[in-house]
Amino acid sequence: MNTIKQNFVAEPERFEFTAAPIHKFDLARREFFKLLGSGIAIFVVAKDAFAMQETPAGSRSFHNEELPKEISSWLHVGEDGVVTGFTGKAEVGQNIRTSISQTIADELRVPFESVRLVMADTTLTPFDAGTFGSRSTPTMTPQFRRVAEAARDLLIGVAAKEWNVPPEGLVAGDAKVTDPAAKRSLSYAELARGKALAQNLPAEDPVTPATEWKVAGTPLPKVDGRAFVTGGHQYSSDIHLEGMLYGKVLRPPSFGATLSSYDDSAAKAMNGVTVLRDGDFVGVTAPSVHEAQKALDAIRTQWKEVPQVSSKEIFSYLKKNAEPSSNERFRHQKGSVEDGLASAAHRLETTHNVAYIAHAPLEPRAAVAQWTDGQLVVWTGTQRPFANRDELASLFHIPENRVRVIVPDTGAAYGGKHTSDAALEAARLAKAAGKPVKVVWTREEEFTWAYFRPAGLIEVKSGISKEGKLTAWEFHNYHSGMSGIETPYDVANQHTEYHQVPLVLRSGSYRGLAATANHFARESHMDALAHVAQMDPFEFRMKNLSDARVRAVLEAAAKSFGWPRKKTQTGQGFGLACGFEKGGYVATCAEVAVNRASGDVHVVRVVEAFECGAIVNPDGLRNQVIGAVIQGLGGALFEAVEFENGRIRNPHFSAYRVPRFRDVPEVEAVLLDRKDIPSAGAGETPIMAIAPAVGNALFDATDIRLNNLPMVPNGLRAAGTKLSS
Amino acid sequence: MAKSLEIEVNGKRYAVSYAPDTPLLYVLHDELGLTGTKYGCGEGQCGACTVLIGGAPRRSCQISVSAAATKPVTTVEGLEKDGKLHPVQQAFLEAGAFQCAFCTSGMVMSSVGLLQANANPKREDLVQFLQGNICRCGTHPRIIKAVQRAAKMMQERAR
Repeated sequence: MNTIKQNFVAEPERFEFTAAPIHKFDLARREFFKLLGSGIAIFVVAKDAFAMQETPAGSRSFHNEELPKEISSWLHVGEDGVVTGFTGKAEVGQNIRTSISQTIADELRVPFESVRLVMADTTLTPFDAGTFGSRSTPTMTPQFRRVAEAARDLLIGVAAKEWNVPPEGLVAGDAKVTDPAAKRSLSYAELARGKALAQNLPAEDPVTPATEWKVAGTPLPKVDGRAFVTGGHQYSSDIHLEGMLYGKVLRPPSFGATLSSYDDSAAKAMNGVTVLRDGDFVGVTAPSVHEAQKALDAIRTQWKEVPQVSSKEIFSYLKKNAEPSSNERFRHQKGSVEDGLASAAHRLETTHNVAYIAHAPLEPRAAVAQWTDGQLVVWTGTQRPFANRDELASLFHIPENRVRVIVPDTGAAYGGKHTSDAALEAARLAKAAGKPVKVVWTREEEFTWAYFRPAGLIEVKSGISKEGKLTAWEFHNYHSGMSGIETPYDVANQHTEYHQVPLVLRSGSYRGLAATANHFARESHMDALAHVAQMDPFEFRMKNLSDARVRAVLEAAAKSFGWPRKKTQTGQGFGLACGFEKGGYVATCAEVAVNRASGDVHVVRVVEAFECGAIVNPDGLRNQVIGAVIQGLGGALFEAVEFENGRIRNPHFSAYRVPRFRDVPEVEAVLLDRKDIPSAGAGETPIMAIAPAVGNALFDATDIRLNNLPMVPNGLRAAGTKLSS
Repeated sequence: MAKSLEIEVNGKRYAVSYAPDTPLLYVLHDELGLTGTKYGCGEGQCGACTVLIGGAPRRSCQISVSAAATKPVTTVEGLEKDGKLHPVQQAFLEAGAFQCAFCTSGMVMSSVGLLQANANPKREDLVQFLQGNICRCGTHPRIIKAVQRAAKMMQERAR
């Protein structure tokens, strides 16, 4: 049986970051100031290992000087007082444009409104591996603090020189430097005037503690919000260039199919249509999308198809095709599970299937490509602009500095926009047509030719003592991934293992990666164990949990939810789940209502407590947490990619059900602000605990344990657990 | 080329060169440059392309430009009057009712259509009416709050 050939590999999980490629630093000092005007510029050099992974190795030149190689962000204070920060991160809906701007304003002591951020432009911004892994807040926040702090010191230095006084007596605040002794001040704009000062500095821990933040830590609204409610914001799919054509790409009828016969004469005869065939790549361009689609439909083809794995056999396939032994990196062992099981009063085994799901961002993959004198510029919605640039350069055999990738704030990604598919297609078609070309994937293409959150099979075996303490824990994940695989509970005898399986469908990152699957299996299993031990699920978890931060969110969620609650109606049920990942701690309580006659399931209320260190923007965080809960309901209850013989059977919103207004419960986010802990990201972890919380609530309502995701694609149905004692 | 067709959008008449069977969405977005109206699915399933045709919310990907040309069309760009946001836009902004905001135009247009038909909708009416609009980021609770706020603002204005 063939699996699809692809050059895309599964998203490296958090332990798997590989060395970044070597990049040249393109922006010379002279160009930098030419671009932004005179002023003061600060470049920061990354410090820790994590930040290093987001920056390239190798040397760069900066105005013929050797630059420290880990430059990762920079900042400019202009003659007009405008402060511009530069980061390679992209805005894909998590509102980091807002939170990073807040951080800069806070540390530089300027109004929020005077800060702008240039993001994800491979010519203007520092290299960055990509916007994923909840890394934007933990890396960019301290770096920009450091840059802003240095800029402030530099401005004080300029003022001190101007007044011929020692800098120690001067104060920066409200976008000016003040000399309190002489009762005089100079604005940053005045101080920057006529200057071309640049400074590099090493990143160190920021000096301003979160308790003293003034702009950061406040619920500022989304930057450019007005442009979004008026339709003025230009996403990649909205970019229009003079003379631009619209491109469409011919897709095979099934994965792995190859072209056996081909006739494009009818398409070529159409007005304004160009057809390009380059190996197995066939694409058309036309003056409008409608005409491009008609031309594509007019191409006659025959395909040679190959057998493919189908969804009905996927889980047995995964188990059968697991690589025989996983290396140590994927295996964690302590004590003896055998001994722990032997000494247990109760033992439990569960198996969990997790379906493939699609990201389905509302803005499909899109790119606009323009060639001018051998230089390529591409606007595209991607989480990895620099990787896109490198792939484009490699595909067209041109140096990287002849390719510029620009990422306009994008219509979401959720981990689904790491690849450069649309950019490559648009660039190839633009080269053939000799004109700029836009490619916007259809929804069906998005559901078929993008990539998926991988399916997985998870097996759990455990034992508990008479008192309800865990004595053994064995956990095997096949294919879906390692994120969040290790239990946060105290157990002396453990064996945790991730089993790799060659890809079946094209798979990659998805918000939270495998942490959602692993938490679903673990927290559903823990709930079943609590039932066996005849203990309250909250008490059972607390008894086996010593991690203070997990305990804190679990207590906070339970308190706001009113746990334990008495049932007041038939079909009512309550459930909870918790865990941590990527520096974020989450606990979720859910109330469900089950209609026993129809099998309909409704999630009535959700309380989620979340803690990720010091909160940079409580409004943005609340939006993320509640959004993750709602998005997570899809994968929990009904989302599943169905496939058969290399075809996706439900590549439409009418057949692939995503959460809509009627599915949305009352959601309350309880945010714990730990000002003593550095800020972590929040784009992913809040999605992890909703599925098991809902599953556990469904069990509470019905005594039916649903061990597979999605749980109720066709309403409620039974699923078994094996219980031995 | 197609026979010339005229269409009124946001109070302005445009000559259309795209073929008459072209979905209205592409004429608005690509030919007229009114890019606030979004392609989300092309199948009438997500609501991102919602515009008002003769005052009623319609999926612009599901109607040909020739069929739409019989009535005036309003897009999200046509809501602002004299630099002042429509109450629905204002309410979305104040409620922060977006994340990536790609669904926002369609949500705003559906909501404007709803409030024109029902000035004082109950929560259940909103849920029912917006069922055809997808938000993948999960900002539904804020969107509901925003529309409720807009309804209040419009009632106060009408007084």
